[in-house]
Parts: sequence; C-alpha cells; structure tokens
Amino acid sequence: MNANESLSRVGPVLRTRGLKKEYGRGAGLVHALDGVELEVASGETLAVMGPSGCGKSTLLHLLGGLERPSAGEVWLAGRRVDQLSEKALARLRRHSIGFVFQAFHLMDELTAVENVELPALLAGSSPRAARRRAAELLERVGLTDRAEHLPSALSGGERQRVAVARALSNEPLIVLADEPTGNLDSASTLDVLRLLDSLRSSGQTLLIVTHDSRIAATADRLISMRDGAFVEETRLTHGTTGRLNELAGLES
Amino acid sequence: MPDAIGVSMREPSHGYQLRVVQEVLLALLAKEASHGYQLRARLQLALGPLADALNQGQVYVTLNRLEKADLVTSERVGQADRPDRKVYELTAAGKERLEEWLEDTSWPKPAPAEFHLKLVAAAAAELADPVRLVDAQRHALLAGLAAAQRAALGEPDGSVAGLLLEGVVLRLQADLRWLEACARYWNATKGRP
Repeated sequence: MNANESLSRVGPVLRTRGLKKEYGRGAGLVHALDGVELEVASGETLAVMGPSGCGKSTLLHLLGGLERPSAGEVWLAGRRVDQLSEKALARLRRHSIGFVFQAFHLMDELTAVENVELPALLAGSSPRAARRRAAELLERVGLTDRAEHLPSALSGGERQRVAVARALSNEPLIVLADEPTGNLDSASTLDVLRLLDSLRSSGQTLLIVTHDSRIAATADRLISMRDGAFVEETRLTHGTTGRLNELAGLES
Repeated sequence: MPDAIGVSMREPSHGYQLRVVQEVLLALLAKEASHGYQLRARLQLALGPLADALNQGQVYVTLNRLEKADLVTSERVGQADRPDRKVYELTAAGKERLEEWLEDTSWPKPAPAEFHLKLVAAAAAELADPVRLVDAQRHALLAGLAAAQRAALGEPDGSVAGLLLEGVVLRLQADLRWLEACARYWNATKGRP
C-alpha cells in the first residue's frame, strides 16, 4: 500500500465546503463558482455537466490546485489543501492528482513513452523504473505499438489515451479530466470512453467535467451545474438493457 | 436530492415486434434460399445485445405470412437424423416488394412537437413548471443513454450491432441537447406573464 492508498481509506477522497471563486471587481464582479459543496467517494466516477461558462472548468482548476478559491475549503484525502504553499501544491499535483485535458497537453518533442514516464521521473523514480512503469501504462491503454511515436504521428484518440496513461503514472488519488473527449470524433470518443470505463472498473477515483452527455451517462453519479452552482444530482444505475429496445426502434 | 434513476428489467419472454421484419426477411432471402433458423441467426447478429428479447416465434410466424401472401415459397428438405426443415425462397412478387422497400426513404419520426406543446400548455395553464417537466424528461433520457452507452462499450471493435447502439446514443444526445435549450428558454421566462 502506498501513501496515497492509505490516505484514501479515511472518508471521501475529495471534499469541498462553500467553495467560491470570483473574478473581477465592482460592477464587473463575476461569481464563477458560488458556494459549491462536493464529496467524491473513493472509487467513484463523478461527472459534472453543464453548458460552457457554468463554472465547471473553474471547479476543476480549484480541485486540482491549479487556482486558489476566493473562499471555502478543498480537502484531499482528509487534508486541507487550498491553503498550501505554492511548492507544496506543486508536489501535491505531481504525486496525488492525475490531469487529463481536452487539448491533451502532451510534449510535442517527446515520444509517447517519454511523455508517460515524465511524471515518474519528476517524482524521483530511476530512469529504468520510470520506463518500465510507462511501458506498463501504455500497454494498459492499448498503445504499446505506438510507444516510440511522436504525438504528431498519433490520432486524437491515441493522444488522449497517452495523456490518460501519463495521468496514471504516480497512482493518483484522483484523476481530474476536463472535457476529455471534447476534441475527438465519435469513434475516438468511444475508445476514450472504454478506457475511462476500465479505470472505473479498476477502482480509480475519477472526476470528469464535460458538456458531453455521453461521458456523463457512463458515470456513477452526475451533477448538473448552472451559473456557478450545482442544480441537480442524479445517480445513474447501470445494469439492464431496459428501454433500449424501444429507444432503438424495436417496438414492444 | 439524490435521486436514483434506473432502468427496469423487462420480462425476457415478452419479446418485441420488429415492424420491418417482413422486409428484412425478404432481403435476407434475396441472395439465396435459406431456412428459418439461419434467418433468425442473421437478425440476432445484427441486433447484438438487443436480440435478447427477439421473439422466438416471430421469424417463423412472419415466414408463414409471407408464404400465404405469395412473397416466398418453401420446400421441405429432409435431414438425416432430424425432422425435415423448410427452406424458403423469394418469389417475383417478393422481389418487387423488396425493391419498393429499398427505395423508400421514410424515416422514424422524431417527436419534438408533442413534448414542446406539453410544455407550452403546462405553462399556459399554470398546471406544472415546464422546467420541472424538462428535468424529469432529462432523467428519463439519461437513463436510456446510460443503458445504450454501457451496451455500446460492451461491443467489440467493428461490431455491426455496435453501429446500431451508436445510432441510439447519438439520437439521445441530440434530444438531450434540445432539452437543454428548452430548460434555458423556460428558465428565462420564469416570472414573466
């Protein structure tokens, strides 16, 4: 059991209290996030959905320590993290959180395997251990045969799978994904959905912000956001085909 | 607030009627004569996970009907250690019907007008909050989308049934986007006369 795992046994992996973010001042003041209460349980896949400008990306940035809240608290595995020093926050991001972005954010001049091993190297792994781990992760996302390719030689879906492998490098407590299928066509979207689903099955805690109802529908729980606040919560149960026949046009 | 939505299990014996099953069977017979079991297997492959509820007898009942209408003919073929089976073949009339079907461009009707009018009427009569109706509808469609997406994820690469599920997913996504627009509109009109 590593440090991340032992921490996650205590209560929710991620929790916020009264989380607020404001931009501008005076008449131009914008409440991007207006008092958000959130709990993410260990092993849960949570989707946060809403139209662009609803505050979901701001939420993700605050949760991942990429920005600081105007008010409120962020707790990761029982530890308050919104007031950490810049240095401690950078360490936290490197060791405990995996990020996946819409635009992939891969290093163009590094091969797939070099991109994936980078977080382990930055966290102090030996080059050999980092390479071994990167190879395992590329196998897990089904890209072993693309290991030596540059991102420019990969399709959008493949790039995003490399980015997911990279996010898993340091066995993060939680993976935060911002519109992971936003730049992908329908077939690549399905590939990435399959991958996210396999992470879910393996017990990885995941928080995905998206406007794509398709990803949202594969989550365990779905929160809808509007104007910087949560407006609705839905627990999706998976299991049976149910109305599928009717939806496909096969009449009962 | 948390509100569990799920999809109820349908009685597996219930089965369903495929409206175009006559035409599909004619098409499957166009290339070569075939027997009922083979035809049913072809349908099952095309429907993948949705074939579970395919009515056992429907293929045979439909073949009988097609035969009475002179769209197919059948011939009994003996088998060594099993009962005879019937092999079906397309007639000239069957071929004509098939060609009409292939050229027909009618499309399953989406039904936004019905729901739209429900919202307008509910708002006008102050019977129900349209935004609440939209939310309830969203829940129902999301449950369907979840089921369809799960089923699609379960299909192997290149599965023909996966293509059908993709169609279900994309249509539901379009409906959900329209419901977003409905929610925006009816939210904005709140408090207005």
